[in-house]
Amino acid sequence: MALSNKTKAVLLGPLNKNNPIIVQVLGICSALAVTSKLEPALVMAIAVTIVTAFSNVIISMLRNTIPNRIRIIVQLVVVATLVTLVSEVLKAFAYDVNKQLSVFVGLIVTNCILMGRLEAFALGNGPWPSFLDGIGNGLGYGWILVVIGFVRELLGSGTLLGYPIIPKSFYEAGYQNNGLMMLAPMALLLIGVIIWIHRSQNKELQETA
Amino acid sequence: MNRENNVYTILYASIMVIIVAVALAFTHQSLSEQQTKNVNIDKMQQILRSLHINASTNEAESKYNELIKNSYLVTPQGEKVEGSEGTKTSDPAFATDIAVDASKGLPVFEAEIEGRTIYILPMSGKGLWGPIWGYIAIESDGSTVYGADFSHQGETPGLGAEIATPQFGGQFGGKHLFRDNTFTSIAVVKPGQSVSDRDYVDGISGGTITSKGVNAMLLESVGQYKNFLMNLNAAKK
Repeated sequence: MALSNKTKAVLLGPLNKNNPIIVQVLGICSALAVTSKLEPALVMAIAVTIVTAFSNVIISMLRNTIPNRIRIIVQLVVVATLVTLVSEVLKAFAYDVNKQLSVFVGLIVTNCILMGRLEAFALGNGPWPSFLDGIGNGLGYGWILVVIGFVRELLGSGTLLGYPIIPKSFYEAGYQNNGLMMLAPMALLLIGVIIWIHRSQNKELQETA
Repeated sequence: MNRENNVYTILYASIMVIIVAVALAFTHQSLSEQQTKNVNIDKMQQILRSLHINASTNEAESKYNELIKNSYLVTPQGEKVEGSEGTKTSDPAFATDIAVDASKGLPVFEAEIEGRTIYILPMSGKGLWGPIWGYIAIESDGSTVYGADFSHQGETPGLGAEIATPQFGGQFGGKHLFRDNTFTSIAVVKPGQSVSDRDYVDGISGGTITSKGVNAMLLESVGQYKNFLMNLNAAKK
């Protein structure tokens, strides 16, 4: 499937120069909440990608029919319905995953990335580019979540995906899991560090003083 | 038709709401049977885990039916409730959720392991962010714990959520709920500390409130079965 340069930019932009978390600064709440372990971070990333992509498509297909006065409400209804459907399907066919994510699936509705992309992109573009934009933003969100989840689980619990990584000998020598990593503010600091590294690599993103 | 027209706006909103309501109702309706099945299988897995058996979703139901020989309700006085016996998911013992309604009686599940009868009791309590619950499997002397399994709804991963790990639940094997014929329950203490008046296990480091919740649950929720357990204890002697 050949993508034109413009469409490629739509898909790949959010992975780097237009990343939802580190550039658009959206979706921070869930980036803090689900990343204390790697597995929920992964599942959340997939769920957000799916919901963003499909809500983008639906709103894009409806964009010429939505009355301007209720457009935010319509967007909200679409997102909430999709999230509820995802939640119901998870409960029926992937019960263990649903138990892992518990309340956080419902909180996808409050994830600013979704409304942000609907307003900024889906209302003004066709269904296929909107779908790619949704996938791109979901993946951009996802890789940040995976990085933070990786660091927090490794340093905070000494495990990855539940498997112990830090050898017992380290613990016996006096090493202790970093309890601070298990708390949300640490995730925020980690995002700050990632933004720092990212901006130093992409000078054009640095805000002028 | 003009998009900003009032009539159009109201019509649009109404139709959208109706379509969404139908879609959600339909989805829920068609999936609810599968969902209930999943909830039941999950409950069976929890009960089996308290017996040190990790059953996969496929084998949970058959393993449960193989090991659970009887289940019924008991009154707080420890007497079996007439007509409450039955091991099906629709029977009183399995269907009762003690967190919601324990007025008809308290569920007890009887399993046969290695020729012995093990009694499994549900527990319900409060964690930091939401409910916690579990199942405790007790030997026929009414005091020695065979195993325990804990679950939670939204405790912090890596902290309070650790109560669901075998490392935590595994500590309960061999502990006693009674000391000198009095129900003392089992204490959950800060790791490194100890108590002398009853059996204890280590809590979760960093998960103080959840650990305290488990402590309270063992005292109060299991405490409801005090008389039932004392009768077992007396019968053993």
